[in-house]
Amino acid sequence: MATTYFTEDHEWISVENGVATIGITDYAQEQLGDIVFVELPEKGRALSKGDATVVVESVKAASDVYAPVDGEIADVNDKLSSEPALVNSAAAGDGWLWKMKLSDEGQLSGLMDEAAYKKLIG
Amino acid sequence: MSGNEQTTKTLPLQDMHKTAGARFGAFAGWLMPISYPAGVMKEHLHTRAHAGLFDISHMRLFEVSGPDVAAFLGRACPLDADALDIGQSKYTLLLDEHAGILDDLIVTRLGAHRFMVVANAGNAAADEKHLKAAAQDFDCTLEPLERVFLALQGPDAEEVLVAAGIDATHLGFMQGFEPRPGWFLTRSGYTGEDGFEIAVPVEDGAALAENLLADKRVQWVGLAARDSLRLEAGLCLHGHDIDPSTDPVSAALMWAIPKPVREKGVFIGAEALAKKTAAGPAEKRVGLKPEGRQPVRDGVELFSESGERVGRVTSGGFGPSAEAPVAIGYVATELARPGIRLFADVRGNRLPITVHSLPFVPHRYRKG
Repeated sequence: MATTYFTEDHEWISVENGVATIGITDYAQEQLGDIVFVELPEKGRALSKGDATVVVESVKAASDVYAPVDGEIADVNDKLSSEPALVNSAAAGDGWLWKMKLSDEGQLSGLMDEAAYKKLIG
Repeated sequence: MSGNEQTTKTLPLQDMHKTAGARFGAFAGWLMPISYPAGVMKEHLHTRAHAGLFDISHMRLFEVSGPDVAAFLGRACPLDADALDIGQSKYTLLLDEHAGILDDLIVTRLGAHRFMVVANAGNAAADEKHLKAAAQDFDCTLEPLERVFLALQGPDAEEVLVAAGIDATHLGFMQGFEPRPGWFLTRSGYTGEDGFEIAVPVEDGAALAENLLADKRVQWVGLAARDSLRLEAGLCLHGHDIDPSTDPVSAALMWAIPKPVREKGVFIGAEALAKKTAAGPAEKRVGLKPEGRQPVRDGVELFSESGERVGRVTSGGFGPSAEAPVAIGYVATELARPGIRLFADVRGNRLPITVHSLPFVPHRYRKG
């Protein structure tokens, strides 16, 4: 069973067997508006918490998505190259951005659960 | 940012936008509807397919009148105001002594000695000061107007207006009139589509907007789509594509300055402009089409194949009708030809980008 965490930067992190899948929340995609391009990172890249990892581009602006924890990129959502709008239509599902192998699962305890995140966005 | 918030002005129709579910943002000192629940993509496409309604009340209207008004306008702008027919509009510029572009304006002749000037929101205060200073030598007055200012843009705009009881079918592109006392309407816009801009007394604003929105062909369109529409149409945004560091020669706006006006040279900046024309510009404003899907935005630098810096992007984003990223920028004059391939430095990646003719989406103005 995967456990889902949230960050103040409006990302979700779903963790299963030491691998985290990361995306932006529905609230975030709504704020950004129509997504027209997603700049994906290289597989295998080592990430430190806070690294700008993905750039999500809407019609109007480019926004960074940051690594919520340390780890190594295991996979990226190549589907977004041809269908960037998946981030709008399925932010919490098919619109995921990347997967990473966690180096320190202990960092997850600093993140929010769904109830806390819902409170944050009101 | 924080210093700005206290002075941020709200539109007279703010409550209507709120009710319509607008997402707001600050622009040029105003709290503006950026987008509505439909989203920028749909708003943009709706405008090109039917009719979009834009609240542009942040823009400033000045009524200028008096016996010397035409001479005043001919001094303040590179414009032969006397050559305009009554009801004719003209795109013109406000230049400084160095021929730097202080603002771009639309001037419409309303009568023998009466004109309307429409200025950009961000420059309104500076324009007023500049125009008032220039007006001192002439017998004329400049009056800023409080108006609700709406733009109705798109192929259905004319029919929508008729259905709303406003007949402007006699107007060609860049013509205007005063349908009622205190009202001002021109066939013009900032989208590349046929359309109208309508200024009305503040107390008439809500009723006009409601009347237009009652037509199912009309929906609110926010500032984000206004920007993507004008970008596809190749139209300049002051503060980005033109500013006091650019001049009409480099900005490729000499078409707006008739030759006799240049030769007569009585406008502010005439001497500097003549010198710049003779010397030729070091760089020119062009359209830029990135290859691939990634938008290339304002501030991105452009390089030649050999890695030499040759230009910069001044506006860029995604064009929903072009179905591709589009941009406007400046490149070295010898490279300012459609088809020239350059490279944009986007976060360290060199993305191929090609000089492209403007507009990206053909204008569909109603020629008079």
